[in-house]
Amino acid sequence: MADTLLSIENLSIRIDTSRGPIHPVRGLDLTIARGEMVGLVGESGSGKSVTAMSITGLLPARQAHITGGHIRFDGRDLAALSDRQMREIRGKDIATIFQEPMTALNPVFTIRDQLTEPLRQHLRLGRRQAADRAGQLLDMVGIRNTARVLAGYPHELSGGMRQRVMIAMAMACEPKLLIADEPTTALDVTTQLQILDLIMDLQEQHGTAVLLITHDLGVVAQTCQRVAVMYGGELQETAPTDQLFAAPQADYTKRLLSFIPSANEHVIEAVEALAEGSTGRDGSGSVRVEARTDAPTEAPDDDAPVLLEVTDLTKVFTGRRRRLGRPADTITAVDGVSFRVRRGRTLAIVGESGSGKSTTGRALLRLHEPTSGTVTFNGADLLSASDDELRRLRSQMQIVFQDTYASLDPRWTIHRALAEPLRLHTDLDDAAIRARIVEVLETVGLGEEHIDRFPHEFSGGQRQRIGIARALILNPSLVVCDEPVSALDVSVQAQVLDLMKQLQRDLGLTYVFISHDLSVVEMMADEIVVMSQGRVVEQGTVEQIFTAPQHPYTKALLAAIPIADPNARVDRAVRRCIVERGVAAADLPEKAVA
Amino acid sequence: MPDTTVSAPASGVRAASCDRAGSRPTTAWRLLVRNRLAMVGLVFIAIWTIGALVAGLLPYSPTATGAGGLLEPPSAAHLFGTDNFGRDILARVLAGGRISLWTGLIAVGISLLIGVPIGAISGFLGGVVGAVLMRVMDVLLAFPSLVLAMAIAAALGPGLASAMIAVGVVGIPEFARIVYSQTRSLRERDFVEAGRAIGLRDRTILTRHIVPNTVAPILVRATLGMGYAILTAASLSFIGLGAQPPTAEWGVMISDGRGYIISGEWWMTVFPGIAIATSILGFNLVGDGLRDVLDPRLRTSR
Repeated sequence: MADTLLSIENLSIRIDTSRGPIHPVRGLDLTIARGEMVGLVGESGSGKSVTAMSITGLLPARQAHITGGHIRFDGRDLAALSDRQMREIRGKDIATIFQEPMTALNPVFTIRDQLTEPLRQHLRLGRRQAADRAGQLLDMVGIRNTARVLAGYPHELSGGMRQRVMIAMAMACEPKLLIADEPTTALDVTTQLQILDLIMDLQEQHGTAVLLITHDLGVVAQTCQRVAVMYGGELQETAPTDQLFAAPQADYTKRLLSFIPSANEHVIEAVEALAEGSTGRDGSGSVRVEARTDAPTEAPDDDAPVLLEVTDLTKVFTGRRRRLGRPADTITAVDGVSFRVRRGRTLAIVGESGSGKSTTGRALLRLHEPTSGTVTFNGADLLSASDDELRRLRSQMQIVFQDTYASLDPRWTIHRALAEPLRLHTDLDDAAIRARIVEVLETVGLGEEHIDRFPHEFSGGQRQRIGIARALILNPSLVVCDEPVSALDVSVQAQVLDLMKQLQRDLGLTYVFISHDLSVVEMMADEIVVMSQGRVVEQGTVEQIFTAPQHPYTKALLAAIPIADPNARVDRAVRRCIVERGVAAADLPEKAVA
Repeated sequence: MPDTTVSAPASGVRAASCDRAGSRPTTAWRLLVRNRLAMVGLVFIAIWTIGALVAGLLPYSPTATGAGGLLEPPSAAHLFGTDNFGRDILARVLAGGRISLWTGLIAVGISLLIGVPIGAISGFLGGVVGAVLMRVMDVLLAFPSLVLAMAIAAALGPGLASAMIAVGVVGIPEFARIVYSQTRSLRERDFVEAGRAIGLRDRTILTRHIVPNTVAPILVRATLGMGYAILTAASLSFIGLGAQPPTAEWGVMISDGRGYIISGEWWMTVFPGIAIATSILGFNLVGDGLRDVLDPRLRTSR
C-alpha cells in the first residue's frame, strides 16, 4: 500500500514482572493508512493498550522488550530510532489521548500553560503566537468560552471538557496519527457521543489517521473504517467495519457480537425510530418539553403486589459551613423521587454520573439516611423503623455493588464473608452454615472449592457472583443492584446478567437495577425511571421509554447509545442534535458549555 | 445476645487467620527477604535479641563490680573492656539490650493500645467526638516529643517504668493519626456499606472489618516506633530520668562513661553507643522494608 502510514508486522512483546515474563502481544499485524480511522477492540488484558504504548515508545524500557517484528511509521523503523528522534515523533507526528484526562493533565498548571508547551517546543512558536494558536485549538475542539477555559485549571472543567482539552493538545502539532486509548470510557454516554463526533470531524477535516482503542464494539461501529479485534495478545481478525459486523470470521468476534447489549435489535430500532422522528420535524428547536409524569405509569394488567413504594424521597448532603452564622452549603442529591416496584419485577433507575441514581439506591436501604420522604417496604415504613426493626428488615433487602473488589473485605475468605450474615440473622450451626453457603455458591455458578479463597484470587466476574451470593444468602425479596455489570468485560457482563435474570425467575426476586446504560437496562427491566440532577425526568415501562420517549433528555440518552451496528440508519448530525437538545433540556450546566 | 453468636465468630476469626497465613503474609515475607537492606536490619535486631537471651550465660554479671581491673581496655578476657567499677562492659551491653528491647515493646504497646482505639473511634464516628479527640492528639504532636517525654517522666518520678510510660504516651498521636486516616477512607468503602446492609452493628464493623485492614500501616509504624522508643528511653536514662545506676542500660552507661572520653577510656561510651545506633538502624531498615512490601503503591513505582 502506497499510502500506508503505520505498519506493524509480526510484533511480539515480552514484559518481565516479579512473577516471571508475560507475553501481552504475540505476532500482531496491523496497518493504518493515511487519514484512516481504525478501531482496535479487545477486553481487559487483550494487549491492546500495550500495543499502543509500543507505537509511541512509551513502554517501560527496563521491563518491556520487543522480542520480534517491526513497527514502521511513515517509512521509518521506530525501533531503530534514538530516544531523541523518538521524542520528536511523539507529540509531533504521533499524538495520544488517554482514558482519564484528569490524570493526564497537570493539576497545578493552567490549561494555557499546558496547551502552549508543545507548541513552543515542537513548533518553536513565541509566547504570543502560541497563546493565539491555543485559542484556535480550543475553538477547533468545540469549546466556546476559550478565554475562560485557557485561564482555568483542570479541576475546574467537566470530564468532557477535559477530554476536549486533551484532544486540542494532541492536535496542536497536526499529528499524522492520533492514538485514542479508551478516550470515552470514563465519560457519560451523551458526552461520549459528542467526543467521538469531534474525533471523527478532526479526522475528516485534517486527514489525521486515528487508532481508536476500546473495549466497546458499539463505539467502533459508528466511527471506524476498519476494525481489528484482539484477544489474549493475539489478533483475531481485521476487517472493514461493515464486513466485520455483517460476517465476523473469528469465533471470538462472533461471541463478542452476540454478547454486546447495544447490538440488541430493540435498541437499534428504537434509536432509528427516534432519529427518523426527529428529521421529520423542522429542527427549529421546538422541543416538546414534557414535565415529569407525576402519576407513575405502569402496565395495567400487572396485578403483582407492590413490594416497595417510594414517595417524595429527598436526600440533601450538607457541606462545611464556610463562615460562622451563614448556612452551610447543601447539595440536593435526590429531589422528590417517587416510584413503586411490584414483587418479582425489575425497576431500573437510569441516569448519568451525578444524577442521584446511586444515592437513591442507597437511601432506599437507609445506607444513606434520607432527608425526607417515605419508603414503604412490604407494608413496613422503613424510615421510621427502629434500629432493631431495621436490622431485621435488612435481611429482606440486599445490595449488589459495582466495584466487586471494594465491596468484599480483602482480608476475609468467601466462607467468612458469607457466613457473617447467617450468624447474625439465623441460629444455624457451623455445618448448616457451610451447607447453605455451598448451596448459594452453586446457584451463582461457583463451587465448594472456592469457599476458602480470598477475594483477590477471583476474576472480576467471579467476584461479582460472590457479591450476588452474599446478597442472596439470606433469601431477600428485594435486591438493589448498583451498576452490577459496568466494571465487567462484555462477555462476562452477559453471563452475569443472564444469571441475575435466571435467579429472578427461580427465586422470585425483585430488583432495583441502577445503571447508566440503557441498552443493558432494556434487557433487564420491566419499568424504567430516568433521573437527572436528582430528579425523575420520566418514568414508564420499557416499551414506553424505548418506543415513545417523552422527555428530551430520555431521547438524548437513547440517541447516545453506541449502537453496535454500522448499518443502523441513524444520521450523525441528527443524533448530535437530539443529544444537545436533551442535555440542554435537562439543564446540565457543565455539559452545555461544551 | 446469646453466647453462641458471640463465640461462633471468634472461632471463625482463628480459622481465617490460619488461612491467611497461607496467602498474603507469605508473599509479603518472600518480598521482604528479597529486600537486602531490610535483611541487614533484621540481622542487627537478631544480634541484639540473641545477645539479650544469652546475656545470662556470660561468666560475668552485668552489675558485679571487680569482674576485672578498673578501666581495662578491650582484651581477650573482657572483649569490650571494663568500666570505672571494674564491671564487664560486654555483659552490661548485652543486658542493656534486654532492657532496651523491653522498653521498646512496652512503650510501643502502650502507644498502640491507646492510639489505635482513639484513631478508629474518631475516624469512624467523625463529628464532635472525633474532632475533639483528634485535636487533643494534635496538641500532643505540637510538643517536641523528647521534651514531652521528659516532662512526663519527670512528673512520674525518675525510673525505668516512667520512661516506658513517657515514651509510650508520646507515641500515641502517631498511631491515632494513622488509624484515623485509614478508617476515614475504609469507612467509605463498599464492603463496609455491605456490612451495614446485612445489619451489622457499628462496633462489629469497626472491630472486624475496619481495624484489621489498618494492620499493615500500623505494623510499619510500630517497627519504626521501636527504634524511636529505644532512642528516647536511652536519652531519658542519659539525663537521669529513666533507668537508674547501677542498672545496665545503654543511656546510663553512656552517661557513666562520658567523663572518661577525654581521658582516653573510649570503650565505656563507644560500645553502648554502637549498640544504640545499630539497634535503631535495624528497626528503621526493617520498618522501611515492611513499608515497601506492604504498600502496593510504593511497590509498583519501583
